[in-house]
Amino acid sequence: MTRPDGDVPRPEAIRIEGLHKSFGQLEVLKGVSLAAREGDVVAVIGGSGSGKSTMLRCINFLETPSAGKIIIGNEAVAMRPDGSPADRKQIERLRQSLGMVFQQFNLWSHRTILENLIEVPVHVLGVPKAEAIARAERLLARVGLSAKADVYPAFLSGGQQQRAAIARALCMEPRAMLFDEPTSALDPELVGEVLAVIRDLAAEGRTMILVTHEMKFAREVASHVVFLHNGLIEEEGPPEQLFGAPRSERLQQFLKSVA
Amino acid sequence: MAVTALVGAAGAASMFELLQLSPPGWGANLLRGLWNSILIACGAFGLGIGIGTLGAFGKLYGGPVLRDLLAVYTTVVRAVPELVLILILYYAVTDAVNQTLLAFGYDRIQISGLAAGIAVLGVVQGAYATEVLRGAIQAVPAGQIEAARAMGMPPGLLARRVTLPLMLSNALPGLANLWLVATKDTALLAVVGFGELTQETRQAAGATKAYFTFFMAAGVLYLILSIGSGWLFARLERRARRGQPELHG
Repeated sequence: MTRPDGDVPRPEAIRIEGLHKSFGQLEVLKGVSLAAREGDVVAVIGGSGSGKSTMLRCINFLETPSAGKIIIGNEAVAMRPDGSPADRKQIERLRQSLGMVFQQFNLWSHRTILENLIEVPVHVLGVPKAEAIARAERLLARVGLSAKADVYPAFLSGGQQQRAAIARALCMEPRAMLFDEPTSALDPELVGEVLAVIRDLAAEGRTMILVTHEMKFAREVASHVVFLHNGLIEEEGPPEQLFGAPRSERLQQFLKSVA
Repeated sequence: MAVTALVGAAGAASMFELLQLSPPGWGANLLRGLWNSILIACGAFGLGIGIGTLGAFGKLYGGPVLRDLLAVYTTVVRAVPELVLILILYYAVTDAVNQTLLAFGYDRIQISGLAAGIAVLGVVQGAYATEVLRGAIQAVPAGQIEAARAMGMPPGLLARRVTLPLMLSNALPGLANLWLVATKDTALLAVVGFGELTQETRQAAGATKAYFTFFMAAGVLYLILSIGSGWLFARLERRARRGQPELHG
């Protein structure tokens, strides 16, 4: 995918510096640094246990980093020495600017699809209800779910739920999107419809970090690919280079094993 | 046959006379007893849910000392028969309060039967409610709470708009059970002489010797209360379970 790259570098949307994360004795991330400029699509690949989901979840503090720095826009997240967030209000504000999409969709089962979309805009961001509904209806039309606005999530297929979850994240008008293996819980025939929505978002220049097992898709939409292995970035670069001419032996092995 | 003979002996006409609302009928006494029973059940159930909510959050998120104290509370209260608890809490606690008052030079006080009944049954209900609500909170899908956190929802709003509504559908069947237990546990307060439905029935039956008539009437009143509550809880549960597909066996 070609992107308009002017002489002036686009501003940074997300930066991670020296990120460490341990669960008890187990060190999952051993110093990961990464930057995504506005409009970048960063695909994070790696085997199971490589730390890629943990890294993504540290960005919006669903996991508390053990050490390191997270910068959203030009705002560094205030952290205590143990890595826990020092300012809950700041975390909440920054989370509102990052749309997260989960492997298991995580739509609220007691609210209809439309109610899921307008919940946070209306009750947290203070968007007038009529405006939020209009915005939600536009987004549902975009992901092809206009007919399902008043249906509860349990009555949708996995693919439909995930598209609704993407629309819910977009409804907050985030500055960047975080995708945590968005198609891993889907039946194979439903993967395509979700990838089509993500591809559409990438094409409009939306900033996103995408943790995925879909190598073909990563190669197609990503502007930058990161290969994580054992909590460290083993190799990174443009997709043609990583998938076409992998340098590290581990990446070569990994690509062979998922091919 | 025996039933027909019994009713026949008392006479159908005199049975209705006995149940009339104005004297010499005892109907008003029974209804007053029912009203007292409902008051106590409501108070005890409400107190129980209050204690249970605090207890459940304490057991899930509290420190080790609080968790141990709550474990002692739920274990002891659920282990001892309610009748024994009522006798202990009513007589022993009243006595202890009065001994204390006397020791400090105050007069004895008379504790109202209604307040004592609510307090005693509320403490019992609270122990069961703690466990019902703890289980219900734990059964809320963690992902749905995480989604709300990931979107920057503050904790208070998250509890009110996500955790509690999702918990309710898990908790309602257990809470409905507790409510029905509460309505019938009020009968245990008859042993301490409180004028709830069973006590009023006993008095009416004793005074008129029409045991069958009055205990059948009390049974019907308890049944109506149960059926009404069942209908109400079914509606609440339907509302709480909205969005969840029905299970078809």
